[in-house]
Amino acid sequence: MATTPTTPPPAPKTNRIGLAVLDYKGGRTTLCAGCGHNAISERIIDAMFEMGVTPERVVKMSGIGCSSKSPAYFMSRSHSFNSVHGRMPSVTTGAVLANRDLMALGVSGDGDSASIGIGQFVHLMRRNLPMIYIIEDNGVYGLTKGQFSATADVGSKLKTGVINDLPPIDTCAMAIELGATFVARSFSGDKKQLHAMLKAAISHKGTVLLDVISPCVTFNDHDGSTKSYKYMKDHEEPLQDINFVPHFEEIDVDYDAGTTLEVTMHDGSRLRLHKLEAGYDPTNRIEAITRLHDAHEKGEVLTGVFYVNPKAPSFIDLLNMTDQPLATLPDSVVRPGREALEQCMEELR
Amino acid sequence: MSTIDVALNDAAGRTGHQPIVNDMSLQVATVNGSGSQSSNTVLLRSIFQMGVPVSGKNLFPSNIAGLPTWYTIRANKDGYIARKKEIDFLVAMNAETAQDDVKSLAAGASVLYDEPLNLSALRSDLIFYAVPYDKIVATVCPEAKLRKLVKNMIYVGVVAKLLDIDMGEVEKAIRKQFATKVKAANLNLAAAKAGFDYAVANLTKQDPFHITRMEKTQGKIIIDGNSAAALGCMFAGVTVVTWYPITPSSSLVETLIDYMKEHRVGPDGKATFAIVQAEDELAAIGMVIGAGWAGARSMTATAGPGISLMAEFAGLAYYAEVPGVIWDIQRVGPSTGLPTRTSQGDILSTAFLSHGDTKNILLIPSSVSECFSMATDAFNLAEQFQTLVFVMSDLDLGMNNWMSDPFDYPETPINRGKVLNKADLEKAGTFARYKDVDGDGVGYRTLPGTEHPAAAYFTRGSGHNERSQYSERPDDFERNMERINRKFETARSCVPRPEVVSTGKSKIGIIAYGTSHWAIVESRDQLHKEYKVETDYLRLRAYPFTREVHEFIEKHDRVYVVEQNRDAQMLSMLKLDIKAELTPRLRAVSHIHGLPLDARSVTDEIMTMEGK
Repeated sequence: MATTPTTPPPAPKTNRIGLAVLDYKGGRTTLCAGCGHNAISERIIDAMFEMGVTPERVVKMSGIGCSSKSPAYFMSRSHSFNSVHGRMPSVTTGAVLANRDLMALGVSGDGDSASIGIGQFVHLMRRNLPMIYIIEDNGVYGLTKGQFSATADVGSKLKTGVINDLPPIDTCAMAIELGATFVARSFSGDKKQLHAMLKAAISHKGTVLLDVISPCVTFNDHDGSTKSYKYMKDHEEPLQDINFVPHFEEIDVDYDAGTTLEVTMHDGSRLRLHKLEAGYDPTNRIEAITRLHDAHEKGEVLTGVFYVNPKAPSFIDLLNMTDQPLATLPDSVVRPGREALEQCMEELR
Repeated sequence: MSTIDVALNDAAGRTGHQPIVNDMSLQVATVNGSGSQSSNTVLLRSIFQMGVPVSGKNLFPSNIAGLPTWYTIRANKDGYIARKKEIDFLVAMNAETAQDDVKSLAAGASVLYDEPLNLSALRSDLIFYAVPYDKIVATVCPEAKLRKLVKNMIYVGVVAKLLDIDMGEVEKAIRKQFATKVKAANLNLAAAKAGFDYAVANLTKQDPFHITRMEKTQGKIIIDGNSAAALGCMFAGVTVVTWYPITPSSSLVETLIDYMKEHRVGPDGKATFAIVQAEDELAAIGMVIGAGWAGARSMTATAGPGISLMAEFAGLAYYAEVPGVIWDIQRVGPSTGLPTRTSQGDILSTAFLSHGDTKNILLIPSSVSECFSMATDAFNLAEQFQTLVFVMSDLDLGMNNWMSDPFDYPETPINRGKVLNKADLEKAGTFARYKDVDGDGVGYRTLPGTEHPAAAYFTRGSGHNERSQYSERPDDFERNMERINRKFETARSCVPRPEVVSTGKSKIGIIAYGTSHWAIVESRDQLHKEYKVETDYLRLRAYPFTREVHEFIEKHDRVYVVEQNRDAQMLSMLKLDIKAELTPRLRAVSHIHGLPLDARSVTDEIMTMEGK
């Protein structure tokens, strides 16, 4: 041991499991400079780091599209599966069935989820599978150079001048209707809100749907687009001011129960929603759906936690599976003994 | 037609002077939804319990209730259990089809019919027995609404009397059929007895057919292929099962659910499996792939339309190298086709399922015992080669009852393939997912959740290099595809070998697979006995083809490839595999009518092509 006091180089800040933020980094992004998706990747890294999630426990799942490439750009220490277009939900379901200890983080896009993948999206929401499902929503197909997707608003204009005249699918309203138990919308440019939402999502046990408006700087950031940075700045209407207190943090500050709703998450963390809109109750599904419909009529882009129910049973609970991951059950458990076969044969004689 | 053929057909014309023992086919024509399935199973079991080899084929409509259905029971002392073309004994219960059914019989056949159908006037060259079912059922079944269901058990009693089937065995079979439902068993037994008594009092035996006790079914079981497959999967250690209902595969998973609930729930009441009914076949295979990737033994069961839907995902599993087992219980296509009829029509499309260069391992069971044993083979091969394995059963095998020796406990150990765990990674420090370390084409994989910083890799269906990094480099792509092909070549010597029967002297070979086997066994005997034509036989059990397949074709001048599809699909795949100069030796014997293959059709077709 050194006896002379020296100034050690500042140790990198570590989280509660002793990892530095660098341990959550991914490969260099190949998406366009300024793409909203990159900001979302950054928020994921920060939230996972701050929550002290073991990277090896996480599986990053995706379909096809710009959004679905982004799992390569965060958390390289996590397994990842970039599957086929619109089918990430089923692949994720299989992975979670095989190993219930995994934390599944799906990254999809508006085309991948609301068009080709709407069937799997719908059924995933019904099952309340424990996973975080992020839609990086920009209203266009980026990789195929800017065609409208099914979340594009009526009247929204492409760079080519084409106007969208079909109504958009609101993935959040759908998710609430179908049974997802944590449904929120944010904006890739709203660092604080998205950060708090992601941390709450990590604490939730059930399906989290996070629709994040994430402007496409190349194909949908012009005047006339309703998914541009400028449009979002002008039209974003946050429902709440969101704070998140993780279960492992002792520090607490008082809050005004009259203006703030506190939701205790599955792991004991607390989600605090400071109401910017009097009377909104995010535990009421019907109210949530009505409010989303209102927002469309008013031309607002409503953001915030629309609905949360930390108590609903997840798909894993319903299947009554053994606590140990199915993937690693020993042979002696998965292959019944000789007497079991003999019994089956006897019944068939 | 040859003289021998005529003589054989004439067998049905024998008038009862010479008894025919334990060699007949009996067909019951009813409407579905009328409870006839229980009656037919009881009849089948009664004969089986008397030690006589027996098979049952259900020919049913794609409908829940009210459409015609035929059930054919064949009893054969020599153990032939393929469908027999000719019907010797018709039980005509369905007014709608009765006239046609009677008209299609060969002279000398017997008809047992519902009296009001008035069939005896139709032909003078048949033997007729009339039974007033409605009158009899009223005496044994006071509850009018149950009569429709009980009525069918009456013919079981009548048939038992006419054919000398022991009523003690009928009772045993009824008790087994209704198991815990004692009231239903008693009611049905009374109906069977009433039928028996009616026959004793009113019918005079005119036909030549008799069932006599033998010792040929002792210790054997009766099971359908889907149930056998379900059992096989349970003993193969399956943990994740996903499915979308489709005829004729649904009963595989439904039976599996029952077996798993009984044998795979721990002492704590928790399941050591997950079974999920998916929203469609796309989701079913997606879940299989997700689960296989994460380390589960995962499977789904489907039929042709489901296979078509799974095409894109199959390519992902092939290229990203993810294990999984798909049971294809083949039915007649294209399109919706004949959903309740049997076929071998998915062979070619499944072998090459998906776009780009893909090749899949196929296993092809012929029997219920192979449905059982190939389940373990399928899961082991899938994990050994990190790819999908398709088990190509069919409706005839999957949904019909077959007798079999009891299944042997699987002695093959569970092989989880090349998986690196935490300790392996600590020793190695790092790994490259798609590197051919051992020269067999198969790389090492890690499972998600492995607690080591070097465990993770990025799985993708897009171009990648050995380290599973995104790559569009031509050399990376080519090297990777060649390696995956090397896996397939390695698999050639690991898949189930064909069954070869050869004297070494015959110039004629027959290649068949799946349920065609049972017709081939009988047809080869017909060729031998009736035409003195000796044949060798190779029964394929897997794709890729093993060495024995090439040798067999090389040793024979003419090779008849018998299959239940139009386009000679397996023959086409053989052509791709064998030396070009051997391809003219292959001759197609194809059947596409949707009925289980019969021996006579095969014999006739081979003899025609032999020019005799």
